[in-house]
Amino acid sequence: MNQVPLEQKVLKENDRIAGELRARFLEHGTLCLNLISAPGSGKTSLLEGTLANVPCGLRLAVLTGDIQTQNDANRLRRFGFPVKPITTGGTCHLDAQMIDRHLADWDLDAIDVLMIENVGNLVCPASYDLGEAAKIVLLSVTEGEDKPLKYPSIFFKSKLAVITKTDLLPYVPFDIAQAEENARRVHPEIEILRISNTSGDGIAQWIAWLEERRAQALAAQPVSLV
Amino acid sequence: MHEVGIANSILEATRAEMARHSAARPLRITVRIGELAAVDPDSLQFCFAALTRGTELAALELKIEPCPRRNCCPACGAEFTVADYDFRCTQCGEERTEFVSGDQLELASLEMESYESSTA
Repeated sequence: MNQVPLEQKVLKENDRIAGELRARFLEHGTLCLNLISAPGSGKTSLLEGTLANVPCGLRLAVLTGDIQTQNDANRLRRFGFPVKPITTGGTCHLDAQMIDRHLADWDLDAIDVLMIENVGNLVCPASYDLGEAAKIVLLSVTEGEDKPLKYPSIFFKSKLAVITKTDLLPYVPFDIAQAEENARRVHPEIEILRISNTSGDGIAQWIAWLEERRAQALAAQPVSLV
Repeated sequence: MHEVGIANSILEATRAEMARHSAARPLRITVRIGELAAVDPDSLQFCFAALTRGTELAALELKIEPCPRRNCCPACGAEFTVADYDFRCTQCGEERTEFVSGDQLELASLEMESYESSTA
C-alpha cells in the first residue's frame, strides 16, 4: 500500500474562481460585501435601508440569493439600482461560480459597491469564498444572544456583525451586551454595529462604514497608466 | 446541509488523483476538518457513503481528522489549543493571542493498493 500526499483545499475550484473575482473587484475598485444571516434576520431590510439612504453618486448593485422566488430582488428594484436574483433551486449557499456567472453582463466600472445577499443560513455560506472584501453577519434581537457561540464559524470569518431590529429591544429578552461579548469571544477583532431599519437608528453609521470601506477599496486599486 | 457538495469535491479530487495511478485501487482518503470549518463530520460521512455506493469508489473509506482551534501567543511564542473560547495563553496568561489554525477543509492524503501484484 502506498500513500500519496494531496495537501490541497477541498474547495480549491471554488477558491480559484473566488480569487479571480477578488482580483477583478480590486482592479475595478469595486467593494464587494457578502451578507450572511439566518432566514429572517433582516438582510433584505438592511439592503432596503441602504439603497434608500445611500449618498448621491455612490453606485450600488445587488445580487440576491434565494432557494426559490425572486421576491427579494423585486423588493429591492424600486430603488433604481441594478438588482439581479440568483435562484439556487435548493442549494443552501451561494458559490463563486454563481457570482461569476451572474456578473457576466455587468460592467464593474459602473459599480462602486456590490452587495451580495447570501441564502438565509448561518452555516454553509461560511465555507464558500465569493471573492468578497468582507463577510458581514447579521443577528437580529429576536434571536438568541448565544448565536455567535453556536455558529462560531461565520462570526469568526466576518469582519462586521450587524445587530438588527434594535427597535424591538424593549419587547424581547435579548441581552445586546451579552450578544456583543459572545461575538467578541469568537472573534476578538470583529466590528459591531447596531441597526434598526424601522426607526433608522444606526443607518448613518452603517453608511459611514460602507463609505470608509469603499475608500479603502479605491486606495487598493492598482494605479492605471492611462 | 452543504456536505453533499463537500463530499463531491473530495470525490472529484480522488478521481483526478486516481487517473494518475491507473494500476491501483483507492483505499482511504484523509481530510482535515477544523472546528471553524462549518462542516459536520457525521453528515459528511453520510453524504460520502451515499455518493460512492454502487460506484468504482464504493470501497473507499473517508477518514476525517478533526482539527481544534489553535492560537499563538505574541508575548511568549507558545502555541496552544483553544478550549471553550478561552483565548488566554496557557503558558503566560497573555489575554490577546492570535489565530493560527482551525478552519481547515483540506485533503491530506490518499492511500491506495497497487493492482500489480495480483494482476501479474
